[in-house]
Amino acid sequence: MPLNQALVGKEYPPIRYEVGREKLREFAQSVGETDPVYHDEEAARAAGHRDIPAVPTFPVVLTLRVGQKVYSDPELGLDHSRVVHGEQELTYHRPIFAGDRLLAAGRVAAMQVKGRHEVLMIETTVTSEDGEPVCSSVATLISRGTAPATRRRSGGAEGKVSGGGAEGSA
Amino acid sequence: MSREEMSRRLRVTEVTPGQKLDQVVHTVQRAGLVRYAGASGDLNPIHWNDEWARSVGLPGVIAHGMFSMAVAARMISAFARDPAAVKRLRARFSSMIQPGQTLTVSGEVVSVDGRRVSVRFWGEDESGNRVVSKGEAELELA
Repeated sequence: MPLNQALVGKEYPPIRYEVGREKLREFAQSVGETDPVYHDEEAARAAGHRDIPAVPTFPVVLTLRVGQKVYSDPELGLDHSRVVHGEQELTYHRPIFAGDRLLAAGRVAAMQVKGRHEVLMIETTVTSEDGEPVCSSVATLISRGTAPATRRRSGGAEGKVSGGGAEGSA
Repeated sequence: MSREEMSRRLRVTEVTPGQKLDQVVHTVQRAGLVRYAGASGDLNPIHWNDEWARSVGLPGVIAHGMFSMAVAARMISAFARDPAAVKRLRARFSSMIQPGQTLTVSGEVVSVDGRRVSVRFWGEDESGNRVVSKGEAELELA
C-alpha cells in the first residue's frame, strides 16, 4: 500500500529522554569504542568535558523512539517489515553529556516515489529541556515495493534506489 | 583549558587535504549485534533472528546500518580526538554485512577551511563491497 503523501510536514510531539552515564557506557561499548573519555568521568573531565560525552551516533537511541511514533501512525500506512535504512545524516550543535535532559521531536520531512519504491525522510530535532539546540537527524528510509502503480512510470529507473542493500530498518 | 586537554585535541595545523585517517577494522559478530540491538533499542529481528531474516528474503541476520555508521564514527572521533569537534556526519548504507564478515572503514581529508575540516569516508567488507558509501564528516577544530 502506498504511503499517505498528505503526511509530509506532520509533526509529532516530543519525547523526553534523560541521558544516563551507564547508558552512554553501554552504547559506547556496543559499538566497540574503548577511548576512556566515553567511559570514565575522570578521563572525560581531564579532556575538558563536564561529564561523559556520547559517541556521535548515540542520538539514534532517541531517533528510534521518535521513529516508532511515526511508523505506528495509522495515517501513514507504513509496513515496517518493508522498510530499509538507506541514508543517515546527523548534525551536531553540541555533544550530548550524561545528565542531559533532552526533548526529541519528529517530523515527516519528505516523501518521494523512486521506481517501485517510496522514500520517506524523517527528521528528528533534539534540544535540551530549555530549548537549547543539541543535534538533528535526517533518516532516509526506503519502503520497498510500495509505490502506487500509476506513478511508477514517472518515478525513474527501477532498482536505482540508494540503500537497497537491505540494511537494518531505522 | 589545561595543557593536557589542549594537547589531546587535533589542531588544524596537523591537517592537510588528502591526508588519510587511520582505518578502523571491525569483525561483525552475532553477539555484538545482539548487544547493539539492546543498547540502541533497534530490536528488529532481521538483526538477530536468522529464521526471521530469511523469511523476509535476506541471507541471514545482517548488521544494523547504524552499527556500521558507528564504526565509521569511531574513526572520525579518533581522528579529531575530541567529540565536540564533530559537527556533521552523513552516510549511505549501500550493501549489507553479516556476522563473520569484516568491516574496514577508511577516510581522507577533502578540504581545510579555517577551522572547518571536511572528511570523506567509506566502509568495505573483505571482498571490497561498499557497505558504507558517500560518507561525509564535517569537523570544527578548536
